[in-house]
Amino acid sequence: MSESTTGRLVGAPIARKEDRRFLVGTGRYTDDLNRPKQTHAVILRSPHACAKIVSMDTSAAAAAPGVVAVYTGKDIADDKVGSIPCGWQITNKDGSKMVEPPHPALVADEVRHVGDQVAVVIAETKAQAKAAVNLIEVEYDPLPAVATVRDAVAEGAPLVWAEAPGNTCFDWHLGEKAPVDEAFKNAHKIVEIELVNNRVIPNAMEPRAAIGEYDAATDMLTLYTTSQNPHLIRLLLGAFVLGVPEHRLRVVAPDVGGGFGSKIFHYAEEAIVVWASRKIGRPVKWTAERSESFMSDAHGRDTVMRAKLAVDKDGTFLGLHVQNTANMGAYLSTFATSVPTYLSGTLMAGVYKTPAVYVEVRAVFTHTVPVDAYRGAGRPEATYMLERLVDKAAVELGMDRLEIRKKNFIRTFPYQTPVALEYDTGDYDATLAMALEKADHENYPARKAESEKRGKLRGIGYSTYLEACGIAPSALVGALGCRAGLYEAASVRVHPTGSVSVFTGTHSHGQGHETTFAQLVADQLGLTLDKVEVVHGDSDKIPFGMGTYGSRSLSVGGSAIVKAVDKIVAKGKKIAAHLLEAAESDIEFKDGKYTVAGTDKSKAFAEIAFAAYVPHSYPIDKVEPGLEESAFYDPKNFTFPAGSHVVEVEIDPDTGVVTVENVVAADDVGVIINPLIVDGQMHGGLAQGIGQALYEEAVYDESGQLMSGSYMTYSMPRAADFPMFKVGNHVTACTHNPIGAKGVGEVGAIGVPPAVINAVLDALRPLGVTDIQMPATPEKVWRAIQDARSKAQ
Amino acid sequence: MTAISLKVNQKPVSAEVEPRTLLVELLREHLGLTGTHVGCDTSQCGACVIHVDGVSVKSCTMLAVEADGCEVTTIEGLAQGGELHPMQKAFHEHHGLQCGFCTPGMILSAVDLLKRNRKPSEHEVRDWLEGNICRCTGYHNIVKAVLSCAEQTKEAT
Amino acid sequence: MKELNFHRADSIASAVAAVKAAPAGKYLAGGQSLLPVLKLEMAEPSDLISISRIKDLRNIVASGNKLVIGAAVTHAEVAASPEVQKAIPGLAALASHIGDAQVRNRGTLGGSVAHADPAADYPAALVALGATVKTDRRTVPAEDFFTGLFETALEADELVVAVHFPIPERAAYAKFASHASKYALCGVMVAKDASGVRVAVTGAGPSVFRVPEMEKALSAAFAPASLDGIKVSSDDLLSDGQASADYRAHLVTVMAKRAVAAAAG
Repeated sequence: MSESTTGRLVGAPIARKEDRRFLVGTGRYTDDLNRPKQTHAVILRSPHACAKIVSMDTSAAAAAPGVVAVYTGKDIADDKVGSIPCGWQITNKDGSKMVEPPHPALVADEVRHVGDQVAVVIAETKAQAKAAVNLIEVEYDPLPAVATVRDAVAEGAPLVWAEAPGNTCFDWHLGEKAPVDEAFKNAHKIVEIELVNNRVIPNAMEPRAAIGEYDAATDMLTLYTTSQNPHLIRLLLGAFVLGVPEHRLRVVAPDVGGGFGSKIFHYAEEAIVVWASRKIGRPVKWTAERSESFMSDAHGRDTVMRAKLAVDKDGTFLGLHVQNTANMGAYLSTFATSVPTYLSGTLMAGVYKTPAVYVEVRAVFTHTVPVDAYRGAGRPEATYMLERLVDKAAVELGMDRLEIRKKNFIRTFPYQTPVALEYDTGDYDATLAMALEKADHENYPARKAESEKRGKLRGIGYSTYLEACGIAPSALVGALGCRAGLYEAASVRVHPTGSVSVFTGTHSHGQGHETTFAQLVADQLGLTLDKVEVVHGDSDKIPFGMGTYGSRSLSVGGSAIVKAVDKIVAKGKKIAAHLLEAAESDIEFKDGKYTVAGTDKSKAFAEIAFAAYVPHSYPIDKVEPGLEESAFYDPKNFTFPAGSHVVEVEIDPDTGVVTVENVVAADDVGVIINPLIVDGQMHGGLAQGIGQALYEEAVYDESGQLMSGSYMTYSMPRAADFPMFKVGNHVTACTHNPIGAKGVGEVGAIGVPPAVINAVLDALRPLGVTDIQMPATPEKVWRAIQDARSKAQ
Repeated sequence: MTAISLKVNQKPVSAEVEPRTLLVELLREHLGLTGTHVGCDTSQCGACVIHVDGVSVKSCTMLAVEADGCEVTTIEGLAQGGELHPMQKAFHEHHGLQCGFCTPGMILSAVDLLKRNRKPSEHEVRDWLEGNICRCTGYHNIVKAVLSCAEQTKEAT
Repeated sequence: MKELNFHRADSIASAVAAVKAAPAGKYLAGGQSLLPVLKLEMAEPSDLISISRIKDLRNIVASGNKLVIGAAVTHAEVAASPEVQKAIPGLAALASHIGDAQVRNRGTLGGSVAHADPAADYPAALVALGATVKTDRRTVPAEDFFTGLFETALEADELVVAVHFPIPERAAYAKFASHASKYALCGVMVAKDASGVRVAVTGAGPSVFRVPEMEKALSAAFAPASLDGIKVSSDDLLSDGQASADYRAHLVTVMAKRAVAAAAG
């Protein structure tokens, strides 16, 4: 299907409109931009996890060749630059509020993680700034540090913040305890599990970058930044950090090379370059080197999870009690506090009709990089815990691992869970059946036998997961502590000759919005795809927006676009009625034409657009000229994608190497606009999920040094790690948005990790291995086999 | 400063560079060819892969002065006369790119593979791409694109 | 990277003269080991002398029972060379898995050998094959050449010119690579010739080492089963976030068996 086809673009696997600029090297990422008279910033970062800054001497750096300015935390404080805010306030069990320590853009007194920023050098060239930054002399008084959840909660642990005793940020709960206690009393069996959801580093391939530019003539500040949500950055930077009103601050997020959550947040460097550009009156550019990304991009996951499941003799789930401890890092990043709570605790029912669920979450500070949302954000943690626990329950009851799942599936909708959410629709049997068929489940025993013949172990793992996307509505999240609304905005401008510009508050950094949204609009207006341009990423062009995260762009942002186009169509009807000399109620709009019902009298959409801008014959008393509409869409509920993932692994018992042999994902992501893009999103999510399960882990040593601080030590998944993925969809449409879409960006990363580990354990169980933690590296697997063998002897 | 002359995308280029200038810095900062990206500082991610005298190299791990007298091809020079190279077309048709950041290096690496191995197996493609990291696609559609390009090029020759 | 001077040498003699003349000169071949070090400012040479275009360093010659590979021959060229594939197929295979495709297109035999990374692949081949390193001034047996962690017998201004490999009856290399870096956590080369079997291990220790007990067992019977029960001590092995010494010690036996199987096959 080409760009000039009309009709039924929705649902077609159209190759992306935006591809060409990336294919020929003309994409424009932040680091590709250069502003006239630009300077370069290099940040001095703490080598210590925790230390008092005793003194700092910047004189040699300031005198170095090419240096324009050197600033420290003192300058930030003197200028009253505000603390970088956290966007979600959690209320403790006892009704008090979470501990919310300050987060200065440059630290003046005490550093709290390796990579914490203490000074910035601004010079004519990057090389000069880099050379000068080494000349800053800082005297540190190193203090004991805590890096892991376990160390942070230990008796007498060093405190990251004096105001947070026990290093506790908050102590939160959800659901009711009494019914859970009751369920445990009556249980046939109680299945317990303790897991660590490993800390990972997002590693979008484009390192973060930012350019601040001050225009003295207009008193305007501009920030070019690698962001998933430029308007949110404008709000946080303007209102909270710099005290600049929105109309004086423009935030542009041009082409962005992947985000995965890590580019949602407002970072210190963004504040530094904008603030400094005003101070020196010249643009300031900063680009992270990868080693800086490792110690300054927000990390993901890092939660210790304990759970107890009460089950009946026949495998029916009776009650679930979850106790998690989440690592927040040294400071509260933008959405950090919502991740283990409202994005994870609310998911603990999963696809199962467990009647009583009670979730307790404690969050702790550590001397590490802040932890925040990473592809899935809270939902992978919940899913991993549930699906490991369900497998364990089946094993302990001697039940089939699929049977126990089916036994407990939710089958009637809407379904109110005991943990706040109401699922609108789903069909978990259908996705499971599809997954098993795609996995050639029937012939698995033959494949296992064949592996064993070659001296290899083979295992199969399942995960029947559910997630919640498009977090909303604003009134609800506001009541829960969110400091922003979670609607989306769109503006649709029809040009006089009938082509259309669509302005969306979401941001595409790989998701293909320029194509998917164009398909939606083109179909709605009966246009060809080349007549529709999607614009995003510039707060001066787009009225407002909340950005792209939580798989929300289509279900929330797309719905706002549909609403705006509805308004265009409605206004067009009034104009058409006038031109066709008919009653407005008799006008129908279909396939790009306004027709008087029951006649062949019609006007093409382009003619109506032209009339709107050249209103010579026009219902000027009733309708204003022009054809441009905006809409805000605030969803009534979350959406609930769900599905079944099946993974087969082969293990080399001599080395412990796990080879992923088969990956199947059958998902219900709601109505699909572009299956090519949806499949691509699935593939990427699966790779990240398998990466977390088998390869990736951010490791801190006891002193708080990051041991996995480069690609030499942090294992990124490569092409050779995967087979071809088998993905499929079974659609149940979301009932409460006009598109029927649910969201697809995160499902792979959410669903697949437990399927991988369940497969590894399935392979190792005959040897006596009962547990393995992510990532299941070769050495860990080999050691588990050795330990089991020595126990067996 | 050292004077160097080379051909970049078939055009002669002369430049005065500091000897420590990396080839990727020459391309991005001196010549404005920003299609070549920098994604790491340990020579692993492959976002900076270009061709020097017809073979793929990491331009972040080569000095600009070492390219003196060489023929360099970057992603900007792959399409000829506005017509996409078959590998670029294959990436487009098979959705082998999402954010686009790794794409130039990925494509130039894949083009080098097909020069050496006209009909690689899926395994050989995956193996060859070890030095190119992609975080978006799970490599699935990249591998598909390379295999499809190999198939079509084979038919054409 | 710190500021430095650059010279391109067109002969071995002029290269050596340039390094001698510089306050802190260093040879630059493919740069795949050296440039990452310079980017991290972990070395600060005053001058780099490029040897990559010296013709005398770019030859591969097999004659009689010897294979000579010039120092500036790239890993990709070694892997693709019909001479190498015919004389020592295990060496061509080893070269075809060094680093990644782009590293192999630039990285050279001489550069790798002179850098002496404990996790590099070539040192295992040199030692197992009983190779000798020819420099601008002398010939050094491989076993005397690698003296420790990033340390060799080279003098500061000495240039590796070529490596002379005796052609074995059979030889093969088996590598267990770090998933992150793709460097060897343990790589074992076994080589069998008329005088017996040599087993050399890279990646596991601070420098390449031989395993006499394995060599003895394999000289008696060149089969994987001969290595049953033979394990190197983990005492002197590397232990880091990528692999413990214990695991590395275990891998030495596993990889040695696989190398023997490949060589015997």
